[in-house]
Amino acid sequence: MKFKNISVLFVILLLFWLALNNSLKLPVVLIGIGVSALVALLFCSKCSLFNDMKFSPKALVNTIMFLVVFFIELVKSNIDVTRRVLSPSLPINPGIVEVKTKLKSKFGRMLLANSITLTPGTLTVEVIEDSFFIHWIDVEDDEIGSASKKIVEKFEKYLEVIYG
Amino acid sequence: MEIIGAIITLFGSFVLLVASIGLVRMPDVYNRLQVGTKATTLGTILSLVGLAFVVPGWTAKLILLIIFIMMTNPVSSHVLARVAYFIKIPFTSRTVTDKLKLSDKALRIEHEPK
Repeated sequence: MKFKNISVLFVILLLFWLALNNSLKLPVVLIGIGVSALVALLFCSKCSLFNDMKFSPKALVNTIMFLVVFFIELVKSNIDVTRRVLSPSLPINPGIVEVKTKLKSKFGRMLLANSITLTPGTLTVEVIEDSFFIHWIDVEDDEIGSASKKIVEKFEKYLEVIYG
Repeated sequence: MEIIGAIITLFGSFVLLVASIGLVRMPDVYNRLQVGTKATTLGTILSLVGLAFVVPGWTAKLILLIIFIMMTNPVSSHVLARVAYFIKIPFTSRTVTDKLKLSDKALRIEHEPK
């Protein structure tokens, strides 16, 4: 577990360094490896952030699918917002609804809450245990079950495979 | 290349324009946040992608910027909405439901000792 946390942080830091430097020259890469290893060892020897992350081909496929769905939803949400803002009657029907998630890991829940915020007409207001309270710009359904199905499910099925 | 970049950036500016119109038109804090979050995220991403077409050498750095915007934008608007809710900023009269107010979990959190 410890090794996994440190190595994930190491890879993230190294990729960040390389992107920031925008070059693959030997000294740059070597300094990046050294500093990333040092920082990862110093700061992640006790952290548990990536404990629930799974590394398997299936998880990788699901990560890519998640990103694709996420970007489609982002564009859809913008078209939706544009339509609502520019139409003269301002068609909104706002309210706060409660939805439940099946995800157990904190990291997965965080990703889910952030994705909900960036999808059409929904904004996460509060997270309490496994309930998300969501401000919905156009409330179609205020029952927990059906609202969960409409808002959460499209992301949850991918995150479930990645984070369990 | 430059023309493609300019067109994409133009789209980005249009999305940001919609966001600012939305800020004026929406009736309460929560709806303004809705418009602000989504439209500024895509608007900024499109502007940066357009810039990447114009100056290809910056692509890696611009991708980093996009990742940071995608990670921080929803978090900040979530925090703003949460704080607005707990200091009881009123909803617009068109609001139809507030499940958080009725939930006993929320009451427990609110009355927790500091």
